[in-house]
Amino acid sequence: MSLGKIFDIAGSGMGAQSLRLNTTASNMANAQSVSSSVDQTYRARKAVFAPMLESYKSGEPGSPVTSFDPRHSAGEGVKVMGIVESDAPLQRRFEPDHPMANEEGYVFYPNVNVVEEMADMLSASRSFQTNVEVMNTAKQMLQRVLTLGQ
Amino acid sequence: MVGQAMTAISFDNALGIHPQALSVRSQRSEILANNIANADTPNFKARDLDFKGLLKGEYEKRDRMSLDRTHSNHIPAEAITTESSLKYRIPTQPAIDGNTVETDIEQAQYARNALEFQSSFTFLNSKFKGLSKALRSE
Repeated sequence: MSLGKIFDIAGSGMGAQSLRLNTTASNMANAQSVSSSVDQTYRARKAVFAPMLESYKSGEPGSPVTSFDPRHSAGEGVKVMGIVESDAPLQRRFEPDHPMANEEGYVFYPNVNVVEEMADMLSASRSFQTNVEVMNTAKQMLQRVLTLGQ
Repeated sequence: MVGQAMTAISFDNALGIHPQALSVRSQRSEILANNIANADTPNFKARDLDFKGLLKGEYEKRDRMSLDRTHSNHIPAEAITTESSLKYRIPTQPAIDGNTVETDIEQAQYARNALEFQSSFTFLNSKFKGLSKALRSE
């Protein structure tokens, strides 16, 4: 019976989606965090997902798998490869009265796209729910198996 | 006579295809769960088990290639073809990030598979019930 593996798979999905929700929360909270230089400004963060396959256990960790062998059994869930910062240009605004303004009177706003973050948040929460449903169904199936012969 | 009757009861014969069906269905639920977990992974390709092909292989053993023996002293040789019953799903609406998981379809298939699992389970359970009823003395 490989039903027990579903708990790991759905669990990895839930973990990945909650991390994505976490980055969204961080981005939204810092959407208005201004600073006086380009280097110190907050940049939007995004989680990068990759499928977890058999080779992750035997091969060197961290190597991304772009294609997979059809002979492999089903994957083992989803893996968070890391969190990257967005390369989108920062917003430079001329606000000389702002306490964080630099000598030329400019402040830098983060490159967080609030609309994009909201869409991401909805997608993450829906995917999380789906994984919960999958785990629930697997639990029911497993409980059913335990009644075999009764 | 009693011993003969006992050996005639084989679990494989008594239970039929249901144990294998149950095993395939639990394997398929794992694959579908993996598809759903990777619904937001770029370049992930959704996969599914070819249940019909698996069942056919189970019945006819067609996936096995065996050598013809022209003499009784020849050593029998058999190979199982490497063609996997794990196939890639063809998306109806491909995504721009190379992901072919369609969560609604996967979810529907998963629910259906769970129901089929339950029916296989019910068949198997009734087989066991019948056997234990036959073993009872009264």
